[in-house]
Amino acid sequence: MKLQFKKGSAKSAVVAFLAIIFGLLAGALLIAVTGSDPFTGYAYLFKGGLMSTERIGDTLATSTPLILSGLSVAFAFKTGLFNIGASGQMLMGGFCATAVGLTLPLPFIILLPLEILAAIMGGAIWAVVPGFMKARFNVHEVVSTIMMNWISYWIIYYAVPAYFKGQFLETESRAIPDAASMKVNWLTHLFDGSFVNLGLFLAIVAVIIIAFILNRTVMGYELKAVGYNRFAAEYAGINVNRNIVLSMMIAGALAGLGGATMYIGNASNIQIGILPSQGFDGIAVALLGANSPLGSMFAALFFGLLYSGKGFMNAMIQIPPEIADTIIATIIYFAATSVLIERLVNMLRFRKRGQ
Amino acid sequence: MEYVVEMLNIRKEFPGIIANDNISLELKKGEIHALMGENGAGKSTLMSILFGLYQPDNGSIRIKGKEVRISNPNVANDLGIGMVHQHFKLVHNFTITENIILGIEPKKGLTLDLKSAAERIRLLSEQYGLNVDPYEKIENVSVGMQQRVEIIKMLYRNAEVLIFDEPTAVLTPHEILDLMKIMKNLVAEGKSIILITHKLKEIKAVADRCTVIRRGKLVGTVDVAATSEARMAEMMVGRQVSFKVDKSESKPGAIILQVENLSVLNHRKVLGLKGCSLDVRSGEILGIAGVEGNGQTELVEAITGLTRVESGKVLLKEQDITHLLIRERIEAGIAHIPEDRQKRGLVLDYTIEENMVLEVYDRVPFSNKGLLDRDAIRNYTDKIMKNFDVRAGEGAESFARTLSGGNQQKAIVGREVELNPELLIAVQPTRGLDVGSIEYIHKRLVEQRDRGKAVLLVSLELDEILNVSDRIAIVSNGELIGIVNAAETNENEVGLMMAGVRKGESN
Ligand SMILES: Nc1ncnc2c1ncn2[C@@H]1O[C@H](COP(=O)(O)OP(=O)(O)OP(=O)(O)O)[C@@H](O)[C@H]1O
Ligand SMILES: [Mg+2]
Repeated sequence: MKLQFKKGSAKSAVVAFLAIIFGLLAGALLIAVTGSDPFTGYAYLFKGGLMSTERIGDTLATSTPLILSGLSVAFAFKTGLFNIGASGQMLMGGFCATAVGLTLPLPFIILLPLEILAAIMGGAIWAVVPGFMKARFNVHEVVSTIMMNWISYWIIYYAVPAYFKGQFLETESRAIPDAASMKVNWLTHLFDGSFVNLGLFLAIVAVIIIAFILNRTVMGYELKAVGYNRFAAEYAGINVNRNIVLSMMIAGALAGLGGATMYIGNASNIQIGILPSQGFDGIAVALLGANSPLGSMFAALFFGLLYSGKGFMNAMIQIPPEIADTIIATIIYFAATSVLIERLVNMLRFRKRGQ
Repeated sequence: MEYVVEMLNIRKEFPGIIANDNISLELKKGEIHALMGENGAGKSTLMSILFGLYQPDNGSIRIKGKEVRISNPNVANDLGIGMVHQHFKLVHNFTITENIILGIEPKKGLTLDLKSAAERIRLLSEQYGLNVDPYEKIENVSVGMQQRVEIIKMLYRNAEVLIFDEPTAVLTPHEILDLMKIMKNLVAEGKSIILITHKLKEIKAVADRCTVIRRGKLVGTVDVAATSEARMAEMMVGRQVSFKVDKSESKPGAIILQVENLSVLNHRKVLGLKGCSLDVRSGEILGIAGVEGNGQTELVEAITGLTRVESGKVLLKEQDITHLLIRERIEAGIAHIPEDRQKRGLVLDYTIEENMVLEVYDRVPFSNKGLLDRDAIRNYTDKIMKNFDVRAGEGAESFARTLSGGNQQKAIVGREVELNPELLIAVQPTRGLDVGSIEYIHKRLVEQRDRGKAVLLVSLELDEILNVSDRIAIVSNGELIGIVNAAETNENEVGLMMAGVRKGESN
């Protein structure tokens, strides 16, 4: 069995790498402008994410929802769909998982799979609706997924205080019991008390499964054919509409799972009034990861590192944490304009060979 | 003699293939210079180098005697070089004017000065007899008109050297005549033209000199008037080519395809095909002759399932397939070489091997229990590529996008014939192919027939229809005008019927 390593992937890796470099350079400039030393700044940023076993664990945990939301967006992209709704799908997935965790008094071994199932279903349903509307009525998924984001936002806004009200606060749910959490003792101990949890493994398994589906299965073949050229897919008798719905369903399931890793993994309750930003970061992750599952995983780990290190950087020297966000934004910008970077790569390569 | 363009010892390598190996080409001012060669010989690559899309690995280019480095198409524009690509590059929901000024928008203060641009386009159109309406949208105009838009685009940028990459492959015979007139006008006004084409007739009609390349190497440049068509074909392919299709008398058997009173809406939602009835028997090739847009597309799409039928029936081997899904029809034994290879025929971002199983990936041995079998797919692809002489730098793993136009076409033809269908629908199967490949494809169509299969051939080229078909159905304005035996008819009769004159109506 050959694992397909597409020729494009080396080039995408170079492009992503350059995007990161440029982003970091621009960030260095910003740090310098705020009057600090970029090298110390970056040293603290990376230390903050990697300095100790605990912090490494925290970085991994921060990356987990990003891996899944990035995977969700990347997967939809492969089928030619732009899933801007990962955020709402995460919220819905996380909510379903939380609801199951708070309602069913079951032992961990049975409860966790049920929660995961609920999260996957919640996310999937939330994405199937736009998928169906696209297939049936040609409603653009960008519009409908954003609408679904807000619908989930308001459902949570209503349902959490109404049914799962927290002990002290109206704005968040009760905390889930230990038996309902993805945090497990051995992992917490292994990482010196970090909040890393089983979600990480779920994310890695998801990456492998999605890579497998895309590269090795009939289903992946059909999905990509529809994404690359729906006219040719139609000509070949591939059911375009069914594949659009299916693609959205899987993308939503991934985001929903990502929501579970946030709300019953990294955290232990769900807040109202927040659309998780991780859903939107998924777009950046997918972009930097060139829409490949493995690429998205690495991109998510990198973003996770920046997110988890920025607090430390801020604490140690007077660099506002917004700098880290700005760096991320710059990297996204460079990744998005990867065409330009690609041209640069080609030019350099020609110089070397031509002259 | 002063040359406007000199390309000297050009070399360009792609992964796995030398597309141009030490090729030189000189263009005189005011001449039409044909560039000819087999599919994948490297013609488009050579011209892309001149237009700045690729950089040569070696060799030099001189424009009006001065050595230049053309690093991108903007530089080419500035040097007065324009190109009409094999596949047009127009924005469909823009107007003609907007398309032409794209990238060099004229400004009046802060706003676009569309008016003066449109005026200039109108003048250019008049000067060269192009007949272009500056305010029409691209999506509403014919392919021939789109091409003229590409021509004006070059003229608008003051191009002196015009490159045409297979301009006639997509045109109707009438449009081809118009284009040749336009080219003659252009050289009369002092422009110089490089014309890539596979059609020897066209070279004979307009070109002054002709450069032939084969497998990336220069064969030679000849004076067109002094060289016979047969000789040029031989230079190109390296052997003698027969222009006649050898075939025995057809032995029609049972009816395979039966179309009964079929009416189909076209994309403008009016009847594009009206009450058409015909049948194709096993062991025969039925040709559909007609001017483009007279119901051929509707007929084919109704049979293959790409369009819904308004009324009437389609039967395959006596089974009613009018309402079957596309895939069910393929499984019932219909194969289809589509009209537009890039839109329907290929997934350009898939490799050749992935494209070769586009209709059968879910069957054993290409997949089993939902898992693809890459080895089986590879073997199958290698077989098709070998049988149909599909050439690509990295073999089965080449992305479809990187194949030359003709090789893309050969790959599709190979894929469809390999399905061994009961009914093969071939729409313009030899569009963009060199004479050698055309000969080969025609042979395979006849071979399919001789194996007792039915072939429905749709072509805009009357020669092809007359040569290959056993019977010819003529359509005009969405109606079937008549069916004649190929052996008992001639170009004149078919031509008249294509214009809508029914048999026996004239004289
Ligand atoms: N971007 C590319 N990457 C890799 N290989 C390429 C690329 N472009 C062209 N080739 C290869 O170079 C060879 C020459 O291609 P080219 O398009 O120049 O042929 P052509 O003479 O125009 O043929 P046709 O008549 O079929 O259009 C082909 O084998 C093709 O596969
Ligand atoms: Mg070409």
